[in-house]
Amino acid sequence: MSWDVIQQSLPEFAKGFRLTLWLSLIGIIGSVIVGIITSLVRYFRVPVISKILGAYVEIGRNTPLLIQLFFLYYGFPVMGLKLSAEASGIIGLIFLGGAYMAEGFSGGFNGISQAQINAGEALGMNRWQLARYVVLPQGLTLSVPAFSANVIFLIKETSIFSVIAIPELTNTALDLIGMYYRSNEYLLVLVIAYAIILIPLILLLDWLERRVRYGSFGD
Amino acid sequence: MADEILKVEHLNKFYGDWQALHDISFDLKKGEVVTLLGPSGSGKSTLIRTLNGLEPFKDGTISFKGQAIDPTIKNWQALRQEIGMVFQSYDLFPNLTVLDNILLAPTKVQKRPREEVKKEALELLERVHLADQVDSYPRQLSGGQKQRIAIVRALAMHPEVMLFDEVTASLDPEMVRGVLEIIKELSDRDHMTMIIVTHEMNFAAKIADKVLFLEDGRILEQTPGKQFFAHPQTERAQEFLSSMDF
Repeated sequence: MSWDVIQQSLPEFAKGFRLTLWLSLIGIIGSVIVGIITSLVRYFRVPVISKILGAYVEIGRNTPLLIQLFFLYYGFPVMGLKLSAEASGIIGLIFLGGAYMAEGFSGGFNGISQAQINAGEALGMNRWQLARYVVLPQGLTLSVPAFSANVIFLIKETSIFSVIAIPELTNTALDLIGMYYRSNEYLLVLVIAYAIILIPLILLLDWLERRVRYGSFGD
Repeated sequence: MADEILKVEHLNKFYGDWQALHDISFDLKKGEVVTLLGPSGSGKSTLIRTLNGLEPFKDGTISFKGQAIDPTIKNWQALRQEIGMVFQSYDLFPNLTVLDNILLAPTKVQKRPREEVKKEALELLERVHLADQVDSYPRQLSGGQKQRIAIVRALAMHPEVMLFDEVTASLDPEMVRGVLEIIKELSDRDHMTMIIVTHEMNFAAKIADKVLFLEDGRILEQTPGKQFFAHPQTERAQEFLSSMDF
């Protein structure tokens, strides 16, 4: 184990670190947007679209990200649509994450009692108003545990981007190992880098979960 | 008739193959109070929920102010602003304060100015003796308080008709009176048109202009309130009344 080797690799890892963070952030935001829209459409059983999105959730959750990325990065060009590695990665991650987030939010929405929905309906609310004022505020609160699990999951999934040559953390480590054969040092840095992202985040998400669980409304 | 607010004609409702309501017909005039009485499972709640579209019906017609309702979602959404409803389980929105619970629908659904609705909400809260709870959350209130707020929430929409579905059934006995007094006052002072499902016989006897006695989804008798409690026409209603009388 050589400290010099580690030190010299840090600028490269810093770039990979920033890219991992950036791709995770876009991926999570995109997944939340796709997840909310998908789960709302399914909750209100919007004709046709609801069925299509139901199929999407199954496909998204039941195929590995690796295969989704191969499909986007190597398969799409065959059909005449060339995507950059980053674009493929982001699209793939949102496709996967959107399906997981949708399932998580659906779980929360289904936890709202039918009586609450009836109360909103009895006040003359339309679907959009029910979604905005009843389903989302209550359902998203109930979905926080699933949301937390998905956030962590998606960040870890960005490591798969290494196979389509996106220079994020894992790809950076594998590249360096390939060039200099110093697996111990580079893998150590890699592990620490992920821990730096994930441990504070896990603590933050735990805090959020406790807040919505015990805090409730009116304390 | 000009002062007829609701008219139900030959209403049938099914859950799958099972018929929940059989050939229901009655009308409700302006300022009138109709109570639905009958044993559990007789269809009282199903009927009252059909009257604001929370339950769909198979055939028959419901008319509002002389106009047969075409039961589309959009039409019901508009009508529910005129047909207010209060439920057994209160169903205040737990994430909103008392004031926001009341303001939500008038400001967002009816798009009335917040200040105007707020002024009115405070007056209504004063009336139900809960003006000091404007900023409380529902979980901080007792059942009776929640139900009074739920009544205010429905009234803030300026409905033509109010539907009360067993609104005191899950309250502690000493909370019941406060809620019933508010409903009574709505009738006496504001001449509110109401349909009430209740198991409180003394209350029903005091407030009902007309009683519909239901069993197995059928109206067994339809009698003016005073007469129903003194001389019920059917044997089944006599049995029912004596069973409630302890």
